[in-house]
Amino acid sequence: MYDTSDIRKGLKVLMDGNPYTVIEFQFVKPGKGAAFTRTKFKNLLTGAVVERNIRSGEKLEPANVETRDMQFLYKEGGDLVFMDQSNYEQVTISADLIGPAHDLMKDNLPCTVVFFNERPVDVTLPTFVFLEVTASEPGVRGDTSGNVTKPATVETGASVNVPLFIRIGDTIKIDTRTHEYVERVNK
Amino acid sequence: MTAGAFRGRVLARDGEYAIVRGADRDLRVRAAGSWRPGDLVQGDEVARAFDGGDYPGPATEVARLSRKRLDRLHARGTAMAALRRFFAERGFLEVDTPVLVPSPGLELHLDAVRAGDGYLITSPEYQMKRLLAAGLERIYQVCKCFRAGERGPHHASEFTMVEWYRGFAELEDIVRDTEALVAEVVTAVAGAPIARVTDRPGEPPRSIDVSPPWPRWTVRDAMRQWAGVEVAGDEPAAELVRAVRAAGIAVADDTAWDDAFFAAFLARVDPALAALDRPVILEDWPVPLAALARTRPGDPRTALRFEAYIGGIELANAFGELTDPAEQRARFEHDQATRRARGKPVYPIDDKLITALAEGLPPCAGIALGVDRLIMLATGAAAIDEVLAFAPGEL
Repeated sequence: MYDTSDIRKGLKVLMDGNPYTVIEFQFVKPGKGAAFTRTKFKNLLTGAVVERNIRSGEKLEPANVETRDMQFLYKEGGDLVFMDQSNYEQVTISADLIGPAHDLMKDNLPCTVVFFNERPVDVTLPTFVFLEVTASEPGVRGDTSGNVTKPATVETGASVNVPLFIRIGDTIKIDTRTHEYVERVNK
Repeated sequence: MTAGAFRGRVLARDGEYAIVRGADRDLRVRAAGSWRPGDLVQGDEVARAFDGGDYPGPATEVARLSRKRLDRLHARGTAMAALRRFFAERGFLEVDTPVLVPSPGLELHLDAVRAGDGYLITSPEYQMKRLLAAGLERIYQVCKCFRAGERGPHHASEFTMVEWYRGFAELEDIVRDTEALVAEVVTAVAGAPIARVTDRPGEPPRSIDVSPPWPRWTVRDAMRQWAGVEVAGDEPAAELVRAVRAAGIAVADDTAWDDAFFAAFLARVDPALAALDRPVILEDWPVPLAALARTRPGDPRTALRFEAYIGGIELANAFGELTDPAEQRARFEHDQATRRARGKPVYPIDDKLITALAEGLPPCAGIALGVDRLIMLATGAAAIDEVLAFAPGEL
């Protein structure tokens, strides 16, 4: 069990059956009251943030949470197969868990996977991926003002809106958090 | 002295220059090779004005203080001078009681620092009350106090307190002292009675008008308004726990009365008080939180106690002082029993204080105010460390 002196950023605890990680904490103490640690926790399953005041002496239950560096191998129907780079163990994770970014994943992409009770609960991709454009209509000449975009398909099959000057064969940088085009990368 | 010469003390070396603090300003002066920080010097050639950024030297992290910190220490000195002037003008005598004592405060939630075969004081209260009993009527003291294990943006284990007492006076007199003192000290430092509160490091400070009189809230009204919890003061702990839970605040079944109260207070009332743009006198505390206060005449559930809150900083705590020696001994014995039950160190009862009360403590009221926190408010510091000459981590 943890007590308030163990609280630090990144500490993983179990509350009401859910795994949480500490994102912020502060010592507070009313003049005539007990010391508390005002703590913000993020639910590792839902991302919801809760604040709780933990009194000194209260115990916190450690959560069986583990973070592992893994490599994306290949898709299998609606699932994605990852490999632990330290022991070559393979794990199958549903695309739903990854969210909209799952179609930006190219073979060998390094990711961070969070396990709760040995079950994968969260996958973090690199913030940016670099992918080649495989299909896109040519831009209409003269129409270059403002933020005019067109759809393009990249090598993983994902569709991304890109500026009109992007052509087939270009490599583009994409933000995996927003699924948006960032810039063209010269090769 | 040649025309244009600048005299002062070397604050820091900056290569071939030195930053020299003169009577009214800091300047960059071409330096002789032998000049060292602290030397009194005179320089002929002023190279260029010092821009007010961090001093470039001394070269080591340990020896260097940021410009901001030096400014805060100047503000601290100004504040202390204003504080002493305030009390002198009102006929208070400055006293200086020992910090090493055999019996520190017995309050349940204060732990003392051991020193030799005694303890360092958590507040100078007991000794100052003996002085009141001995016949001093209006006294104040500025001193270091020590509370083990307290460390945070508003807490350092060693801190500076100003404590003052008025014999033959009411708690209301202390309210007026507090409002006037804070307004005067803040004005001395900031030029106007406008305190500044920085909620998080890096954020711009908020302004809080501290001119008297301050808004007043009773504790029960504040708990009802912001936490949705009715507090009687004589209900069993289990009943308060139920009320706190009903308000949506998680507390365990076996929570003690005071812990249930503060769980709700910290979750709801404290943030609400912090958001106000005026100071607050929070008064009429329920009797389980009376500490050394007497109860309100005709209302045994309410203690004559107030706290001053400014922008989320708990600045001061005041009592209509308990003067009944039998009641005082009973509370001390109760505190000892509770400390023992909760596995905390049990300090001896200060029998000399009880004797002094029996001899006759005049009806009186007193208050303890955190000086470092007051200077935080006057300067807009985000943490107590910013107003200390050296924070605990820098020693």
